[in-house]
Amino acid sequence: MIKVNGKDFQWEEGLTVQKMLEKKNYTFPHIVIKINGKYIPPEDYQTTIINKGDDVEAIHLITGG
Amino acid sequence: MNVEQLKAAHKLLAEYRYTPAKLDRGYANKSLYINLSENKIEEKVVTETMKEKFIGGKGFGLWYLWNAVTPETKWNDPENEIVISPGPIGGITQYPGAGKSLVVSISPTTGSVVDSNVGGYFGPLLKFSGWDALEVQGKAEKDVIIFIDGNNGLVTIEESPEEAVDSHLLGEQLTEMFADNEEDKRNISVVSAGTAAEHTLIGMLNFSFYDARRKAVRLKQAGRGGIGTVLRDKKIKAIVVKFRGVKGNLNNVADFEKVSKTGIKLHKEIYNGDDKQNKMRLRGTTFLVGIMNDYDLLPTNNFKFGSHPKGKEISAPKWVERFNYTGKSDGCWYGCTLSCCKVMCDFELKTGPYKGQKVIIDAPEYETIAGVGSNCGIFDIDYIAECNFYCDTYGIDTISFGTLTAFLMECYENGIINKEITGGLELNFGNKEAAMELLHQMSRGEGFGKIAGQGVRKCKELFIKEYGADANFLQDIAMEAKGMEYAEYLSKESLAQQGGFGLANKGPQHDEAWLIFMDMVNNQLPTFEDKAEALHYFPMFRTWFGLVGLCKLPWNDIVPEDNGLTDEPAKVPEHVQNYVDLFNGVTGKNITKEDLIAQSEGVYNFQKVFNLRMGFGTREYDKVPYRSVGPVTEEEYLSRQERYDGQLKELLGMDPEGMSTQEKMAALRKYREEQYEKLCDAVYERKGWTKNGIPKLETLKRLGMDLPEVVEVVKRYL
Repeated sequence: MIKVNGKDFQWEEGLTVQKMLEKKNYTFPHIVIKINGKYIPPEDYQTTIINKGDDVEAIHLITGG
Repeated sequence: MNVEQLKAAHKLLAEYRYTPAKLDRGYANKSLYINLSENKIEEKVVTETMKEKFIGGKGFGLWYLWNAVTPETKWNDPENEIVISPGPIGGITQYPGAGKSLVVSISPTTGSVVDSNVGGYFGPLLKFSGWDALEVQGKAEKDVIIFIDGNNGLVTIEESPEEAVDSHLLGEQLTEMFADNEEDKRNISVVSAGTAAEHTLIGMLNFSFYDARRKAVRLKQAGRGGIGTVLRDKKIKAIVVKFRGVKGNLNNVADFEKVSKTGIKLHKEIYNGDDKQNKMRLRGTTFLVGIMNDYDLLPTNNFKFGSHPKGKEISAPKWVERFNYTGKSDGCWYGCTLSCCKVMCDFELKTGPYKGQKVIIDAPEYETIAGVGSNCGIFDIDYIAECNFYCDTYGIDTISFGTLTAFLMECYENGIINKEITGGLELNFGNKEAAMELLHQMSRGEGFGKIAGQGVRKCKELFIKEYGADANFLQDIAMEAKGMEYAEYLSKESLAQQGGFGLANKGPQHDEAWLIFMDMVNNQLPTFEDKAEALHYFPMFRTWFGLVGLCKLPWNDIVPEDNGLTDEPAKVPEHVQNYVDLFNGVTGKNITKEDLIAQSEGVYNFQKVFNLRMGFGTREYDKVPYRSVGPVTEEEYLSRQERYDGQLKELLGMDPEGMSTQEKMAALRKYREEQYEKLCDAVYERKGWTKNGIPKLETLKRLGMDLPEVVEVVKRYL
């Protein structure tokens, strides 16, 4: 299990940031990702592995309709 | 079009000559007052106290309206006013989104004070003509046009019997009539409503600007609260302003370099970042449709659901294929590189009085697509575009029309109304032909369209009284609060957004607070205190745009690349500083970001007291329909059963096994309604209000809003 925005989310072997975004259906174009407080640049989403127990923040920057 | 003929039929009722004021640090220091009952035109001095306490824009509108009406004033009384004001930053061409006008009036649907913001050229041209605000009171006997010539210092009231009423025609006629030549057309802006605004309570105002590249008049809308209905009730066909000579520093700002530098920084950010972020320049706000559908937030079938498999059919890529691009910016005022306005050219109408004609449409924005589209179960972009065109030209608020039609459709599907009542309209979800005919009936003032045009609240009351509808069910599904129809976001899974709608001063409009992502997706507001803080800060921050004449989109629809790494990314700290710099650069003052919030707090609390003065504004008026909080029907519950069963377990500690759906719904409802009440308590406390939602005297004093007339109203409630 990992945390995504403070809520439990099922972990799997080889889970990348990109896969996590797809599984969560997070399609908003501008999301800031941090793993255990460390910023992950978008160009690294495909290659960055999320480990079991990680605390992931996926902060959507939009604050307005 | 023979405009000479139209003009020859005019009868001059009044004229006023004035010396146009040169602006000083964003202000003309004068406002224009017109009384149509007396054909009186005067100017008023804008005092330092007004600027200090009310800043401009809707602050000025609220102050003038307060002084014009009594607690007994109804929307259609002559003393009601329409006040239009752009604010001190409004009109600058250095920073994107500075072309907003703020309109204030007593609303036909809420019965209280309402404000609505709109792009288009009117506000800036009004100010450059020497007026910080236009205040129109009284009622004309016959249709009139008010004309403001800002170069020659002339204001007239003219009877205007021959012009069209529908805005796409009227805008063209008056632009042609008052322009000296083709080039001069860009110096003219027309405020108008339309034929449906006359027959309904949900009329809106169109603010025009001339698109020189497409050689056509385009329209932006002040949609909310029925102010277009007020315009036509006053027998105003149009208000026209003409000003020639827009250039870089007409606001005569205190520190041009600071204003310019701040603008250049954002222009660069938009050029470099927009393609990687929301692509506003390509897609406008249509980009939100697909996103909302993906996140289960797109209102579908009267806010029952938040997504639909056909959502993709009305999402951005489909619109982009149909938009007309010229390769240049399409903003609604000079200098807006974000350019969210989109255009559809040569659109051939399939219905109505203009059937077969090819028209230009200021293309649907998110709210319109969600309102008249998905919320009515209609996933057809041609219908949405045509409905958008007719709402605009008839002078109807697309948000209200969408939410209203969706409500009627649910009533129809539940047998509350039927073909006999609707005059044959089969208002099932998805029936675009019936929905379009409803709109045409509003224009003609006929049939069920005339009844429906009274808005959701009055329809609800009518259906209960006349047709024996279940009052509780209708209360649950009628998506209105304070008498205003909901804007188009599903708030069920975000308590903070429920408050964003329910606690809004004017009614459920997202321009006060939009917190769904922060609350529901990002989980950044876990406690009541967190939510209350957000429901304090964001409404105050957003209120400020309406005080100074700015659009909110450049604040948060483009953000600095490193914004996510800041302490408070949701606030977009760099842009907040931009606004502080802009205000100081324009006015020569020295406010901080905390002062910015305090400026809004003063006006916001004044508006709250204005509601109290009009007989509204206490806690009971912040109640919301349960559809905005949770599932009303079994159909809704079962469509998201896993989610709701999970909530029963996690939040209430209940085991849903063995419970009937009705029992589960009842338990969840009790919990959710209690949560909303607790949220109200927390927000009132944060705002410095009593548990009944009344600003405390110490709060008003802290904000410098303890004016004797304000305190007098508040004391009655303490």
